[in-house]
Amino acid sequence: MAEWLDDFLFTYENLVHALGVHGLLALSMYCVMAVGQLSLGQAAFMGIGAYTGALLTLNLGLPFWLVLPLSALAPALVALVIGGPTLRLSGVYLAISTIALGEVLRVLYINAEWLTGGALGLSGIPRKADLWLIYLLLLIGVVAFWAVGRSKIGRAMEAMREDEAVAGVMGVNLPRYKLGALIVSSMIAGLAGCLSSHSNSFIGPNEYGFEMAVTILSFALLGGIGTPVAPVIGAIILTALPEVLRPLQDFRLVFNGLIIVIAVLFLPRGVIPFRLRRAP
Amino acid sequence: MTTLLTASKLTKQFTGLLAVNEVDVAVEAGSVHGIIGPNGAGKTTLFNLISGLLPPTSGSLTLDGRDITAAAPYERTRLGVARTFQNIRMFSDMTVIENVMTGMHTRLEYSGVAALFRLPAFRRGERAAKERATELLEFVNLAGKARSRSGDLSYGDQRRLEIARALAGDPRLLLLDEPAAGMNPTETRDLATLLRQVGQRDITLLLVEHNMGFVMDLCDRITVLNFGRKIAEGTPRQVRDDPSVIEAYLGTKVAERLAKAHGA
Repeated sequence: MAEWLDDFLFTYENLVHALGVHGLLALSMYCVMAVGQLSLGQAAFMGIGAYTGALLTLNLGLPFWLVLPLSALAPALVALVIGGPTLRLSGVYLAISTIALGEVLRVLYINAEWLTGGALGLSGIPRKADLWLIYLLLLIGVVAFWAVGRSKIGRAMEAMREDEAVAGVMGVNLPRYKLGALIVSSMIAGLAGCLSSHSNSFIGPNEYGFEMAVTILSFALLGGIGTPVAPVIGAIILTALPEVLRPLQDFRLVFNGLIIVIAVLFLPRGVIPFRLRRAP
Repeated sequence: MTTLLTASKLTKQFTGLLAVNEVDVAVEAGSVHGIIGPNGAGKTTLFNLISGLLPPTSGSLTLDGRDITAAAPYERTRLGVARTFQNIRMFSDMTVIENVMTGMHTRLEYSGVAALFRLPAFRRGERAAKERATELLEFVNLAGKARSRSGDLSYGDQRRLEIARALAGDPRLLLLDEPAAGMNPTETRDLATLLRQVGQRDITLLLVEHNMGFVMDLCDRITVLNFGRKIAEGTPRQVRDDPSVIEAYLGTKVAERLAKAHGA
């Protein structure tokens, strides 16, 4: 590897990790929003993946190739259980009930001290999430969404987003699509959580609360949801911006906020407003 | 003649309003059946009950002898019910051909895995879907606009696109909610021609319409609703001469005057 790249990675290793993990989180948000749902539970699913992965590695010493899929499975099971009752809700009500999920889990992490380390969290998690693995998963995710998006499934999803009742009349099995999207999105968020816990070496109960949920939502809002790359680019901008603006010192957060406000005001469909073509 | 769709004692109660009150309708297979009535008579509610967008308060619906009262909209689509909407409801960001292909959702059999890995089943399915969609667009005279954004089409074009999208699901029963609304006489005439051609494709039509000339001209049978109740049913001629229909449309006084005039 070239020397400058080594230097760069050494200095910005955490940032480069975070960019990839946030890209995956943005994809998980995309998956739900692509069927017209609004979930604020992606941070909670991420947390389940992070804790599952960390505990399996620390307590059972399972190999990472086994820990990773199990960390995707755990939030999927939770999504399956909460999916039934919550998907009857729509719009803002689903968002509210998924916020509740995050809060319930936060309290659980704090109080199940024997397992989760309580408020102190878990530390000493081995760094097993290699950079190439994170970016490979992100690439697979984007390509998979792109491929599925250009099929009857993608058309059904866009139809649901535009007019759910009419999508139903077109023959789209609405409950199945909504539950499917929630489960797939929870799996991606779980993967992201496991990857982040195995690259930060520490996790705590407050990392997966409301603030993180809103951050993940803002990736998709800033990037757009017309194509699967759009939210990933949103995540990259929002994650890198504070670093890029570092020379501004005290004014950093002001400019950070200003750029986001301007983007949302003038680019309501996100910075990547194009939509995926769904027919040959 | 066999009956394709039967509604018996179909009732929809909204809080404080009986929108559809014990309505019985039998739609013959292969016929064009019209539903008319003054504004607020319950016509669109009846359509929403038949397409499954609203659950009925009581009563039952059967399609070809099969009970569909509790079936979800997508199940009814699979069984061959399609519809258009009074206020056109297009997926306006999609292109014209994408809209039609969305209408084929239940007829495309390939799996998600086939789509993900671009397996032959997917490619065959999509190729056939595209050909069929192109055919349908030619049928409704929109072939030249296949790649336009559907929200940019003119009003009349959107109406015809909605019909093509409904036909894409290979329906046996097509519900048309005020298809001629907002059309000028030429467009209305073209629409009647188009719908006759649809009828020749072994598709039964059930339509709500206010344009009386259009309804009388096109329909084999007509059901008249008023305040949620069925007040008359029969051939266009029978319905036109029915005193209760005249009363519903023109009021009691005019009906009496007309009756006197005819009697004298």
